[in-house]
Amino acid sequence: MMSFDAVVIGGGHNGLVSAAVLAKSGRKVLVLEAADDVGGAARTEAFAPGFRVSSIAHLLNRLHPDVVKTLELERHGLDIARGDFVPSIALSKDGPPLVLHGAYGEVLTGAIASEQTAWKGLRAQLLRYAGILKPFLARRPPDLGGMSLLETASLGQTALALKRLGKEDMRDFLRVLLMNVADLLDEQLADDRLKGLLAFDATLGSHLGPRSPTSLLGLYYRLAGETGGVAGAQTLPKGGMGAVISAIRAAAEKAGVAVRTSTPVARIIVEKGRAVGVALDSGEEIRAKTIVSAINPATTFFDLVGPREIDTGFVRKVGNIRMKGDAAKLHLALDRPPQFAGVDAAGHKGRLVIAPSPDHVERAFNPSKYGAFSPEPVMEITLPSLADPSLAPDGACVLSAVVQYAPYVLKEGWSDGKPKFLKAIMAQFETYAPGIGKTVRHAELLTPPDIEARYRMPGGHWHHGELQADQMLMSRPVSGWSGYDTPVEGLFLASAGSHPGGGVSGAPGLNAARRIIAMKG
Amino acid sequence: MIQRAKALLYDAPPQPSIDTARTTAQSHFRTLRCGTPFQPRIDALARTNDWYNWAGYRAPHSLWDEELEYFAIRSQAALFDISPMTKYRVEGPDAEAFLNRVTLRDVTKLKSGRVHYTAWCDDEGFVLDDGTLFRLSPTRFRLCSQERHLPWLLDSAIGFDVTVEEETAAVAGLALQGPTAFAVLHDAGFAGVENLKVFDLADFPHDGDPQGNSQVTISRTGFTGDLGYELFVPSEQALSLWDRLMAAGELRGIRAIGYTALNRARLEAGLIVANSDFVTSEHAIRADRLRMPDEIGLGFMVDLEKGHFNGRRAILDARTKKRLRHVLVGLEIEGSIPAEHAIVYYRKGQEVGLISAAMWSPMAKRNIAIASLARPFGDTMVDDLWVEIYAMRELQYQKLMKRAKVVPRPFIRLDRRTANPPAGF
Repeated sequence: MMSFDAVVIGGGHNGLVSAAVLAKSGRKVLVLEAADDVGGAARTEAFAPGFRVSSIAHLLNRLHPDVVKTLELERHGLDIARGDFVPSIALSKDGPPLVLHGAYGEVLTGAIASEQTAWKGLRAQLLRYAGILKPFLARRPPDLGGMSLLETASLGQTALALKRLGKEDMRDFLRVLLMNVADLLDEQLADDRLKGLLAFDATLGSHLGPRSPTSLLGLYYRLAGETGGVAGAQTLPKGGMGAVISAIRAAAEKAGVAVRTSTPVARIIVEKGRAVGVALDSGEEIRAKTIVSAINPATTFFDLVGPREIDTGFVRKVGNIRMKGDAAKLHLALDRPPQFAGVDAAGHKGRLVIAPSPDHVERAFNPSKYGAFSPEPVMEITLPSLADPSLAPDGACVLSAVVQYAPYVLKEGWSDGKPKFLKAIMAQFETYAPGIGKTVRHAELLTPPDIEARYRMPGGHWHHGELQADQMLMSRPVSGWSGYDTPVEGLFLASAGSHPGGGVSGAPGLNAARRIIAMKG
Repeated sequence: MIQRAKALLYDAPPQPSIDTARTTAQSHFRTLRCGTPFQPRIDALARTNDWYNWAGYRAPHSLWDEELEYFAIRSQAALFDISPMTKYRVEGPDAEAFLNRVTLRDVTKLKSGRVHYTAWCDDEGFVLDDGTLFRLSPTRFRLCSQERHLPWLLDSAIGFDVTVEEETAAVAGLALQGPTAFAVLHDAGFAGVENLKVFDLADFPHDGDPQGNSQVTISRTGFTGDLGYELFVPSEQALSLWDRLMAAGELRGIRAIGYTALNRARLEAGLIVANSDFVTSEHAIRADRLRMPDEIGLGFMVDLEKGHFNGRRAILDARTKKRLRHVLVGLEIEGSIPAEHAIVYYRKGQEVGLISAAMWSPMAKRNIAIASLARPFGDTMVDDLWVEIYAMRELQYQKLMKRAKVVPRPFIRLDRRTANPPAGF
């Protein structure tokens, strides 16, 4: 039998990143993936004959530069050039769309001059403030119990960065930090299309409306990400998100990581408070000094470790992590590329957003609080096959959309609700791309319960836990245990459920591996 | 203005439907102190009317004479109402495993029909409470404690096939303590009670209900260090049990007593009281008041070999890193003036701790106390300890600096407590 220093549970991107970094440190690492392929919710999968699509995550906008560098992903097939940055298009029913070119609207077209000036100011401010949060949203959160010199120093640097803002800007940073995005937008912008897009981005993937307190944080989180060294930039990876995973997997295997797919872990073996191995569904036991759980934290503790091996207070905390997803994913196999009104060819290759105003997003959010889906959902749409024809048969087109709001618990039940929701979505499409309905060859709608079942994400939540102020930083996944180590000695967490959170960043995986190396685990 | 507002309030038309619902839900403030199932009997005996609040119940400090009540424990048989003690029924196939995870001691070693004294901690290893665990059957337990813990117990039950229910109000309890306690039970007709060894329990028939088929659970336990028993019955049978014991005990000197007397007996026995000798972790406001088992003399309960239990990691960590800051000790103090709440000094000058309970012990003929000291005092440094006693003498304090010696607990050991068969008198 092979023996390993570390076993990583879950071959999602964070698991692979963690495994690769650990392997590079000289450890023998095994990755165990329950599904038949690695990648988790960042795969490229077939959903209709001849049609392939990025499964859940379809835009690359926050892969952490340290991950790219440490894993030398560019040598393993990852290719991000500035020319690949795609624009965001705020669609409008009443007229031409508004387009944010380059990295999150370096250039704005479709708006009047005064709005362009206002946007320039706001964009600079958003990026400046996101830049302050950036180190927080990258490194291991400060350990309030006992800070190391290094941690204190890095906190000091952040304080310095704050100071460098100048008095007025620093005050404003603190003023707006926990604001709702709608109020901030109303202060500074006038164009509903632009405000709608920003309101959508701030609340994407969370159970918040633009007028919910702290909703601005979501926008900072997004803008703290960078692509190709440019903050706020986004790309549609060639070959879908699966191609990014392939690069990470290649880097991991190059470093010596062994990967076993179709190998679900039944439990983590704990002896005298220490994780000493894993037992597979097959009954096989694999022992290792370090166990890294790159799957959902609640699944880790409730299903794999079991509440008996952990303290009641910790069980309480884990049980209280909010993780009911509110976003659905739609895949359409289309006979031909759709035509969104007023959008040019370059725009169709970008990110098309249906969120005509903050009010519209708020109204879409409201029913989800009471267990109903949005009658007029908001969404971001990509047409990945336009830039990468390999994803669809000749002449045909793939449409991939993240659609909100689709509450995990739908009052009428998703078996009844799903066809109705699809109808509501298609009605929106028809408004913005007339005639699209007739070209649909196949539709796959993944509601949060579908996402939960298919990708083993409890609540169907792609962050593995709501990404809100009370579940961020020192409180992610739970207060007191945000440092990737856990009350079970030898067991570490490395999924999006840990700080900083979700999105294809690799940051939790990277941080976890670094923590393990620092702890000599 | 206030008068007017009140008048308006009283003039308001009645709203019967809401009112009825509210009224039923508001008994907690209509009766600020609940009576226990024994209250009619206790009220009839209460000559001092000296009450205190025990977990929401009206309980007597004393009934007739706290000195004589104490001597009833040591020379006769004392009857003390323990109904306000919080009681949980823990039942199910995983009851043993559940309690093993919650509490410090190894519950697999507790056989059916046995009782043990135990404690439980939060995640940080700080003591939430201490109490007694009764194993009524392989799958049924009763956990008795000072404070209420239902949310904690229910959250602890996640992942276990077990039910936890509070049965404080449903089950009435009596402690019968003293040298004639066994004789009282014997005379009351509890056949076979002589077979109970210390920490044993068994069910006995009690004809309190019309069908005559109810039972009383009797354990040879107590809080006095004396020969004694605790009896638990459904509250409906409380009064008939009381009457049965009182009738049988008449010639054995049975007396109802209040807490002051019991508190003296427990101090002689070296037993601690939550929130008196230590602050429980959910009550402590100040971070340095929290206590680990090792810091209040309960380290012996901690079983690191039994598998996981709440606080294990933190306790192990504190032991390994020598982070235990306090120690609870028994003290013998020169002289005869009780040193209650006196400060403990090293070399008469350096403050090192506080006495939480103290008395002149009539049984030990010693001036005894329980104190919490800051390590290493009381632990490795036990010499040159002093207590400063403020003795009030006709509106003037007489300050006494008395030498204190760390001594083992209990302060008294009575052979009759453990004698088998128990003495009959």
